[in-house]
Amino acid sequence: MQTKEIIKLKDITVSFDGEPVLSGLDLNISDGEFVTLLGPSGCGKTTTLRIIGGFVTPDSGSVFFDGQDIADLPPYKRQVNTIFQRYALFPHLNVEDNVAFGMRVQKKKPAEIKETVDRMLKLVNLAGFNKRKVETLSGGQQQRVAIARALANNPRVLLLDEPLAALDLKLRKDMQVELKNIQKSLGITFIYVTHDQEEALSMSDTVVVMDAGRIQQIGTPQDIYNEPENAFVADFIGESNILDGIMHEDYLVEFFGRKFKCLDAGFGPKEPVDVVIRPEDIDIVPADKGHLTGKVTAVTFKGVHFETIVDFKGFKWMIQTTDYYPVDSVIGIVLNPEDIHIMKKSEYSGMFGDYSSYSEEFDEMANPEIDLTEEAEVQE
Amino acid sequence: MKTLSRIYNALIFLFLYAPIFVLIVFSFNDSKSRVVWSGFSLRWYEELFQDEEILSALGVTLSIAVIATIVSTIIGTMAAIGFRSVNARLRRVLMALNNFPMVNPEIVTGISLMLLFVFIHRTTGLLQPGYMALLLSHITFCIPYVVLQVLPRLRQTNPHMYEAAMDLGCRPLSAFFKVMLPDIFPGVLTGALMAFTMSLDDFVISLFTSGASAQNLSVTIYAMVKRRVTPEINALSTLMFGAVLILLVAINVLQMKSTPKQAKK
Repeated sequence: MQTKEIIKLKDITVSFDGEPVLSGLDLNISDGEFVTLLGPSGCGKTTTLRIIGGFVTPDSGSVFFDGQDIADLPPYKRQVNTIFQRYALFPHLNVEDNVAFGMRVQKKKPAEIKETVDRMLKLVNLAGFNKRKVETLSGGQQQRVAIARALANNPRVLLLDEPLAALDLKLRKDMQVELKNIQKSLGITFIYVTHDQEEALSMSDTVVVMDAGRIQQIGTPQDIYNEPENAFVADFIGESNILDGIMHEDYLVEFFGRKFKCLDAGFGPKEPVDVVIRPEDIDIVPADKGHLTGKVTAVTFKGVHFETIVDFKGFKWMIQTTDYYPVDSVIGIVLNPEDIHIMKKSEYSGMFGDYSSYSEEFDEMANPEIDLTEEAEVQE
Repeated sequence: MKTLSRIYNALIFLFLYAPIFVLIVFSFNDSKSRVVWSGFSLRWYEELFQDEEILSALGVTLSIAVIATIVSTIIGTMAAIGFRSVNARLRRVLMALNNFPMVNPEIVTGISLMLLFVFIHRTTGLLQPGYMALLLSHITFCIPYVVLQVLPRLRQTNPHMYEAAMDLGCRPLSAFFKVMLPDIFPGVLTGALMAFTMSLDDFVISLFTSGASAQNLSVTIYAMVKRRVTPEINALSTLMFGAVLILLVAINVLQMKSTPKQAKK
């Protein structure tokens, strides 16, 4: 991967109607990368994208594009293009005219426009759709037209604002692969906004996890998943059991009154820490052979595994297992050093990672705050 | 029961349209009588088009309607776009301000406009009652109707479309003309037709703001009726009725055309 920096956001602060949306955001994006801004609604990810696109002017801070400050450059002068939520195709134009729109504005030669339109439509698997009205296309096809329309301008950076949110699951998965392939074949930078952690992990070179207007962690998908920096990241990306622990010395942590070997070091002596254990890393053994023993309180069949909720001394864990353990059975678990991840305490400590009140519905409602700033822009 | 309701319906339409029907029929009457039918003729139409007073009034009416329509459509469309971009509370206030003149009794609007023009005329010497005053008041009362037609159409458009155009290299103004305007055009056109109709058949406000120098048709007819009622007026009224009818049908067709899209979204 090239390491040349194409976009740099420095100390960006934005507030809408006195509500801080971004506070002191720094972000560097390398040329040719697939970067995903991931976070719950209201975390400021769309605002960040709109700052890069030129649709939001930050209250303070600088925006650099290829080393040049572009904070005052209007959208029509930036070398970036955007795929908007709900596509924003032009309904009075057909597919071809939509794709050609940017090139016609730039007064390119008709022959060149024709050639590019055909090439772009082929790239997004819509060859031959030139004269179709956009209204007659399916959601997925409209999405492809939007991609072709943006890419036809040969942007250095493509911004994608939850582009797949309106598509059904199957189509979304296909489009994820396709988008990734397009990005690879063109070699341009994609900045992708989503609240879907699975989407972020499967597509990105770099994931930027955001919450409350701040970046919580930047890293590769593996880093983010395996080495979450705080309880928020651990909980938002995948499922996590998060426990209070005390770091006795390097590579030795205590929780539930028992000391465990781990792979983490660099904490102070007796430092209180958050301990993350992923549900899929836990090995279930007969009760008498386990490090800890607990009682199964709920089991949900999920297809690839059973989601088993187990009560350990009043703290409920989620364990994903391919074996079925009925409710009320007593089981033991074994934790290997590589199953345990230690995080420093943060403002998010104690907020996540306990499955005591776990239920399907609760999971759905976990994010009740409605994002006023971002949703307001897509109001009906 | 069914026949009864049909008869009832028929009676209602009879009472509603009988006066207009009589007016239309007698506009083709050969004699001056308003009661006795003495044969078909177009003589009142011929006389109508030789009447200098009426022709000049027609000229005033049409030119005012055209100019007022153009100006109020531009202002009204801009206002509607402005209304869309402010927060919900301010928008409600603005909408109330917009709708108020439409429910305000016309005579109040007419008198207040007249007083305003008189005041301006006294203090600055400009705007004595006449063509300009008439035009300005027509523009004023047409704007709310345009706003009311354009706003729903704007509500249907994807707010990101305008941004998308800028994203693809358009300056704000060209983004508006290339993308926004084509999308809201049905609403703008309906608003324009509405404004034209309103201007054509306004009487009360025109009565107060037109001076001796410039009178539109409705005010002229009113003045003529005070002197004498000739079948010429029947002919003129028939033509006006026809014109407004055509415009109303056009507005309805336009609105019907733009609604299925709404349902789809």
